[in-house]
Amino acid sequence: MASMRDIKRRKQSIQSTGQITKAMKLVSTVKLQKSKTKADQTKPYFKYMYAAMCEILSKSGNIDHPYLKGDPSKKKGIIVISSNRGLAGGYNSNIVKLVMGSDIPKEDCVIYAVGRKGKEALARRGYEVAEDYSEAMGGPIFDDAIAIGRKVIQDFNDGKIGSIYLAYTDFKNTVSHIPTFSQLLPVSDPVKPEEEEDDEDKLLFMNFEPEAEEAFSMIIPLYVNSMIYGGLMQAFASENGARMQAMDSATNNATEMISDLTLKFNRARQSAITQEITEIVGGANAIS
Amino acid sequence: MADDGKLLKLRVISPDRVFFEGDADFVELRTSEGEIGVYRAHIPLTSILVPGLLKIHLDGNVRIAALHNGFVEILPDRITVLAESAEWPDEIDVERAENAKKRAEDRLRSGDENVNVARAELALRKALIRIEASSFSQK
Repeated sequence: MASMRDIKRRKQSIQSTGQITKAMKLVSTVKLQKSKTKADQTKPYFKYMYAAMCEILSKSGNIDHPYLKGDPSKKKGIIVISSNRGLAGGYNSNIVKLVMGSDIPKEDCVIYAVGRKGKEALARRGYEVAEDYSEAMGGPIFDDAIAIGRKVIQDFNDGKIGSIYLAYTDFKNTVSHIPTFSQLLPVSDPVKPEEEEDDEDKLLFMNFEPEAEEAFSMIIPLYVNSMIYGGLMQAFASENGARMQAMDSATNNATEMISDLTLKFNRARQSAITQEITEIVGGANAIS
Repeated sequence: MADDGKLLKLRVISPDRVFFEGDADFVELRTSEGEIGVYRAHIPLTSILVPGLLKIHLDGNVRIAALHNGFVEILPDRITVLAESAEWPDEIDVERAENAKKRAEDRLRSGDENVNVARAELALRKALIRIEASSFSQK
C-alpha cells in the first residue's frame, strides 16, 4: 500500500487541478452565455441570407456565372474553423477528422485556417495551409469574416482554387455541437426552404438591377462573407460549449478521485496507527 | 399573401441583429443604379445597395436609417434588405463619422499610390451618409 505521504501529495495535486478546471468551467460558462446570445442574434441574418440566395437562384433561371460553376479540376479551398486553445474535449479533433474524412484528397486541399489548433493538426498531417486567421477566434467580428471572404474570393477569381468549402461546428444547443462541412462556392443548387412559398411566387421571374451577372458578382461575395461570419459565430459558441462540458467532466472526475484518495488515505492512516499500537504493546509485553 | 392591404412587409437585417421588421407604405432605398422608391406590387427585383439613407414611410410618418452595403430583394408583398450594417440616426457617433470623413479625404488627397482609392471613397461615402443620417436624430 502506498504511504500516507504519497497519497497526500497525490490528493493535493488533484485538488489543485480540480480547482483550475473548475475555474475554467466558470469562465467558459460566462463566455458561452455571451457567444450564444451573439450567435442567436446572427442566426436570422445567416438564415435570411441563405433563403434569399435560394430564392434569387430559383427565380433567375439559367445564369452563366463563374461563381455558379466553379472548376472541379482545380484545388479546393477549405476554411477550417477551430479554436486557438485546447482543453475543449473533442472539439478540435472532430473538426480535423471531418476535414480528413471528407472525400477530397489531401493533395487537392488548400486550407484557410481560423484557429491555431486546427491549423497545427492539419499542417502536421501534410495539408497545405495557405492562410491563417487565428487571431479572429479571440472574438470574431464581421470585419474578420470580410477579410477571410475577400481573400478566398480573390484566390477563386485568380484561379488558385476552384471551389470553396467551410468546415465549422454548428451550435445546436449547449450540449450538442455538430461538425459541419458545407460548400460555399460554387453556389450549389440549394435545397429550397419549404416554408412560406406559394405557387404565385414561383411564377414570378426575378429581375436584376444592374444586370444579373454584375449583380451576382456583388451579391455572392456578400453571401460568402456572411456565411463565414455565421460559421465563425456558431463555432465560437460551440468552442465555449465544448470547453464548458469538458471542464465540467474534468471537475467531476477530480472530485471522484479525491474522495477515492481520501478513503485510501484514511485507511493507510488507520493501519499505521494499528501497527504502532501493536508495536508498543509488543514492546511493553517484552519488558514485563 | 393573404392580406390585401396596401402595406409592404419590410425586413432589414444586419449581421448582428434584426434591424427592422414591420409594415411600410412606401420604402426608399439607394441602389447602385440610383435611388428607388418601392410601393406594394413592385416587380420582383434584386438590387445592390450602396451607402445611403433608408426611408420607411408608414401612415405619414417617415423613419430614417443609414444603410451601408448589402442587397435588397424586392417581391410584390415584401422587401428583404440584407445589409452589412444599419443604424438609426440616434445610434450614430457623429464625431467618429467626422473623423472617418477627414481620414478618407486625406487619403484621397494624398495622391499616394498605395492608397486604395475605391476603399477610401467607400469610407468617405459611408461617413457622409452617417453624418447626413444623424441630422435626423430626434435628440
